[in-house]
Amino acid sequence: MANTQLKEHISNALKKGYRLDGRKMDEFRPITLKVDCIRTAEGSARVQCGETELIVGVKLALEKPFPDTPDEGILMVGAELLPLSNPAFESGPPSIESIETARVIDRGIRESHAIDTRALCIEKGQKVWTINVDVCPLNHDGNLIDLGGFAAIAALKSAKFPIVKDGVVDYKEHESKALPLVECPIPITVIKIGENLLIDPTEDEESVLDARLTITFLENGDVCSMQKGGDEPITTEDFDKILELAGKASQELRKKLR
Amino acid sequence: MNYTKRFDGRKFDELRPIEAKAGVIKKADGSAYFRIGKTTAYAAVYGPRELYPKFMQDPKQGLLRCNYNMMPFSGAGERVRPGPSRRSKEISMITERALRPVLDLKDFPNAVVDVFIELTETDAGSRCAGICAASIALADAGIIMKDMVVAYSVGKVGDQVVVDLDGDEEHFDHNSSVDIPLAFIPSTGEITLLQMDGRISPADLRKCLAMAKEQAPAVLQVLQKALKDKYTME
Repeated sequence: MANTQLKEHISNALKKGYRLDGRKMDEFRPITLKVDCIRTAEGSARVQCGETELIVGVKLALEKPFPDTPDEGILMVGAELLPLSNPAFESGPPSIESIETARVIDRGIRESHAIDTRALCIEKGQKVWTINVDVCPLNHDGNLIDLGGFAAIAALKSAKFPIVKDGVVDYKEHESKALPLVECPIPITVIKIGENLLIDPTEDEESVLDARLTITFLENGDVCSMQKGGDEPITTEDFDKILELAGKASQELRKKLR
Repeated sequence: MNYTKRFDGRKFDELRPIEAKAGVIKKADGSAYFRIGKTTAYAAVYGPRELYPKFMQDPKQGLLRCNYNMMPFSGAGERVRPGPSRRSKEISMITERALRPVLDLKDFPNAVVDVFIELTETDAGSRCAGICAASIALADAGIIMKDMVVAYSVGKVGDQVVVDLDGDEEHFDHNSSVDIPLAFIPSTGEITLLQMDGRISPADLRKCLAMAKEQAPAVLQVLQKALKDKYTME
C-alpha cells in the first residue's frame, strides 16, 4: 500500500477513536520478557511485544580506559537493524535509523547514570570493564527504541561479571556479582499522527507518523534524555500531553521489570 | 591422544540434540529456527524480489544471496564485532553453494532470493546450523526445491572419529582435532559443502564421510517435521 493511502486509512480509524489493531491510544501491545536466554552473553533479555521481537545481549571485556576518564569503565550501546528482521532493512554499514536507535537508548542509560562507571575500574588508567550492550531485532514491527531500551535494562540487570584469572577474562565462568546498576531508565516514544498521540507504534503507524518524541524516565519520574523525530513540528501543548502520556506508560512498563 | 569417552557422554556417532521450528519471523516470506546442542541459528528468506544493483541481475534465472552473521554476543569468548568479516563473508559464500544445487530459480529472472542467517549463540557447528535453518526457511517461503539440504560436521578428536563436534571437542587438542563441515542432499547422497581443517589420513577421512552420510535421514526428518508442524497447525 502506498504511504498516502495507508496514512489515510490509519488517520480515518484514529478519527473514530481506534487503531488498526484495535488498541487504545495509550495501550501497549501484550509484552513478554525473558532474561538470561543467551548462554554466551554475560547478561541477556528477549522481549516480544505484539509482533516485534528482539534480543539484547551484554558482553563485558577488560580494556584500557579513555584518557579523559582514567578511573571509569566504558558503556556502549549498539543496535543493528538486521535485514533478517524486516524486508526494508538492507545489509551493509549501519543505517541512520539504527544509529539513532542505538544512540537514543545509549543516552538514556548514560545520562541516568544507571551504571556506576567508577565501580568498573580495576586499575586506574590501565584496566577497566567495558560493557557492550547490543540490540538485535528478530522481527521488527515497530517501537524498537522503547523495546530495545527496556530489554537493555533487563539484560544489564541480569548480567554477571565473568571470572578473571591472571588478568585474563575467562568467559566460561561467571561470578555471582551483578553489575553496579543504580538506576532504571525507561524510554517511551509517543508518536503524533494528525492530531492523535499514541504509544507503542507498529511499523505501519511509524511509517506515517508526523512527529515523534522519545522521553527517558527514571524511577522517581524525572526525565534524563529526549529525542524528537519526524518531519513535522510539535506544539508546546502537544509536549505537555506527550510528557504525561509517556510518564504513565513508563510506570506501566517498569512494573514488568518487577 | 586417546579420546575414549565424549565430554558430554554422547556416542561417537551421535549428534547433539536438535530442535527446529518453521515460521518464526513474521515479516519474512519464510523463516526458521534451528538449534543443535548449544548452537542456535535463525534464518529468514525474503523474495524472490527485485535485485539491486541492476548489473547483478541475471535474465536467465534468479540469484540466491546468503548472508551469515553472528550476533555480537553469540561467541563463546569475547564480543564479536558487528558487520562483515573475512570469516562471515566466506561462510556466506559456501552457504550459497551448499543450498544452490537444490533450488530451481528459472522462474524468477532478474530476481533475488535473500537468505539472512543470524546466530544468537554458538558452540561449534554454526555454519551447518545456519544451512539447516536456511533449508527450512527456503521451503517455508515456497521456493521450489528438489530436496532439502542437511548439514553438520564430522571429524576426529584425539584418535577417535566422531560426528558433530562441540566447542570443547574442537579445542581438545590443536594438533590432532579435525573438523569437517559437510552438507548433503539426502535423496541423492550428494555433497554440497565440504571443508576441513586439521590433519587426517585418507583412511580416517573415508571413515568420517561414511559416518556422516548415515546421519542424513535423521536430520532430514527434523527439518521436515518443522515444516509439517507449521502447516498442520495452520
